[in-house]
Amino acid sequence: MMLIDLLRALLLLSGALFFLVGTLGILRFPDTPSRIHALTKVDNLGLGLIVLGLLPGVEHWPVAIKMILIWLLAIAASALAGHLVVRVCREFRPSNAGEQQDD
Amino acid sequence: MTQVLWISTLLLLLALLLGLWRIWAGPGRADRMLAAQLFGTTGVGLLLLLAELMQQPALRDVALVLALLAIMATVAFVARTQPADHHSEQDHDAD
Repeated sequence: MMLIDLLRALLLLSGALFFLVGTLGILRFPDTPSRIHALTKVDNLGLGLIVLGLLPGVEHWPVAIKMILIWLLAIAASALAGHLVVRVCREFRPSNAGEQQDD
Repeated sequence: MTQVLWISTLLLLLALLLGLWRIWAGPGRADRMLAAQLFGTTGVGLLLLLAELMQQPALRDVALVLALLAIMATVAFVARTQPADHHSEQDHDAD
């Protein structure tokens, strides 16, 4: 029983740590696309670890499946959001907007 | 086990507070929108932790709805920014 708690603690703390690293990435990175990169990747990983850490604590399994689905939704949401936001901000920067201006 | 949950909840709260600085300092609108997306993801994590901590299964549904609404905010921002911001922020010669 101790081992499971230890494992859960490890998962939860590393998930929270990844959230902090993601936020640090947002604060420290120079331009918007790199911030989006940091935010999208790291926060999803953090959320995944937290969900994994929380799973053993759930009694009946439908709730566990719901949490996994929430995580998958969060991944899809932030991936989509990242693409949308970068398209908005990239469009305004003439510096590299000249590559393949197809649209 | 409860202490670990509390510690990770506090860490997530700290991540949220750090995101506030990005809102204040963010040069462009896109950066401020990032912080809104950060709130969405961190909020979902927080709610899931609290659902476990306070034995409130309803909070997981709240997390689900928050994950949905976060994406709606970003889509609204992108849709709203497309025409309006195009000419005011920079004299973009395209279109």
